[in-house]
Amino acid sequence: MRKIALIILLKLFYISNAYGLIEVDITRGNLDPLPIAVSPLHVDIKSDKFEGLKVKSLGSDISSVIEKNFKSTGLFNPLKKDAFVQKPDIAHIKPRFEDWRLIKAQALVTGKILVKDSKLKVEFRLWDLTASKEMIALAFTTTPSNWRRVAHIISDKIYERLTGENGYFDTRIIYVSEEGPKDQRVKKLAIMDQDGANTKYLTLGNELVLTPRFNPTNQMVTYLSYFRNLPRVYLLDIETGSQEVVGNFPGMTFAPRFSPDGKKIIMSFAQDGNSDIYTMDLETRVVERITEHSAIDTSPSYSPDGKYICFNSDRSGLQQIYVMKSDGSNVKRITFGKGIYGTPVWSPRGDLIAFTKVRKGRFYIGVMRSDGTGERLLTENFYQEAPSWSPNGRVLVFYRETKSGPKGEGFTAKLWSIDITGYNERKISTETDASDPSWSSLLTK
Amino acid sequence: MNFYKSLKNTFLILAAALILSACSTGKKADVSGDVYTGTDTVEYLATGVKDRVFFATNKSSLTSLSRETLRKQATYLRKNKNLNVVVEGHADERGTREYNLALGERRANAVKDYLMTYGISGKRISVISYGKEKPVNTESSPLAWSQNRRSVTVKVN
Repeated sequence: MRKIALIILLKLFYISNAYGLIEVDITRGNLDPLPIAVSPLHVDIKSDKFEGLKVKSLGSDISSVIEKNFKSTGLFNPLKKDAFVQKPDIAHIKPRFEDWRLIKAQALVTGKILVKDSKLKVEFRLWDLTASKEMIALAFTTTPSNWRRVAHIISDKIYERLTGENGYFDTRIIYVSEEGPKDQRVKKLAIMDQDGANTKYLTLGNELVLTPRFNPTNQMVTYLSYFRNLPRVYLLDIETGSQEVVGNFPGMTFAPRFSPDGKKIIMSFAQDGNSDIYTMDLETRVVERITEHSAIDTSPSYSPDGKYICFNSDRSGLQQIYVMKSDGSNVKRITFGKGIYGTPVWSPRGDLIAFTKVRKGRFYIGVMRSDGTGERLLTENFYQEAPSWSPNGRVLVFYRETKSGPKGEGFTAKLWSIDITGYNERKISTETDASDPSWSSLLTK
Repeated sequence: MNFYKSLKNTFLILAAALILSACSTGKKADVSGDVYTGTDTVEYLATGVKDRVFFATNKSSLTSLSRETLRKQATYLRKNKNLNVVVEGHADERGTREYNLALGERRANAVKDYLMTYGISGKRISVISYGKEKPVNTESSPLAWSQNRRSVTVKVN
């Protein structure tokens, strides 16, 4: 009896202690974002020069990237640096908590960097200003040109510590870059960091390309290309640039995605006016037919465990979303709401399916449970589609097109992101117009 | 019998178009039940042989006007035995990209099938879908969308 009482006491103590720590509630739209101070990382004066980098400003450059990441979540409010009360190097050793609390900061990030022998050494700390204690201290070494990734990795660690969820900053987005008038768009595959930096173009724009998607290790991309005017699914190795057509189909293949283990590509194959879903094993080259129906079956997406596939079919007359076992058995329609439904994509957590809905001439991005219940529409517009999940299943990226005038003027296509809470809708800046985004998994796991 | 029936349909649609154009102004008259019936964007394979047919939203069925156009195309192809064609299938911008690719393919094949029933060998007809990627009218308006929901027969050689 006394023992039990003691355990309860201990538990109470433990819980109240945990309450003393700051935490960020991400289960609903956060209207009261956490004030956080990101001190510029102190640059060690013993640092070497490094070709192509301003080492002196690297500390504040890294902190700016971290701040921008935090701001984009809608969960944090990075405070203005002119109010900061301590020099970066001193704060990093031990902050004067009460001074930082005066500027209403609840969390503080400090750090220092050293560039030596062509290596970038970074250490950072996250401080809980309410409980006056250190929450994380980490150090790592990389090549100096990797400094943006360092900023993203630090952002992920802090996000994880404060929200209890996996981060998503050290990631990339592959998309279709678009330029030129609406009826003569030049489209190229482009890849960039999640925050819009480091854009690289992977194709030259000689042929139409659409719907790129990453494999689970982010090394490969599958996409649709009209190379030689034959629309086919292709596989591209991002590092080597080598490309190959997927399978030997006597007609259009499209709507490709990787299986969660990366071993197969699932896609639609259209023949004689009918589109069905097929898979091809990338190693054995074995092709399997998954659906066999006179209706259009397209936009397949695996559940993260690989056991199920959601897809889009008009077998009921109009586009609806269906779920089946990965061998094609047990097909069940899951959408019954008013309007048509397309582009289902299974969440990396497995619980939700994101989709595009069209109703009364308006386009919605929404989420629902994988059995079709609990539909929530997150955003409405003139035209938007193609949601893709952040690797932690918290955020969707999609593209939106604007209405154009009599000569096609005013037409734009841009990437946007939104929280699955329906809050924090943001335009993602891209060098050109952009569509068909696909979010990578975390680059460092 | 079938021919007679489609002739009757054509007549009905023409009559409807006449009534519409009589009582309304502007371009609305060129769209009948969501299908474009005008000639603004149309090009010709030969004199009197239109190169394209139009579809209703999300549909790939051929209207009687479309069938009339395609019969003329078939006649023209029968006379020009060495000519091969590509049938391009297109969709408007009001659908999701992947579904539109499938829809364009379905529309192009509806045309191919019809040409084949009029004696044109399938070997002479290839199909390609462009989904919503190649609009002929770039405006965002119901009229433009009706002009973009189309199949276009293009000479290859």
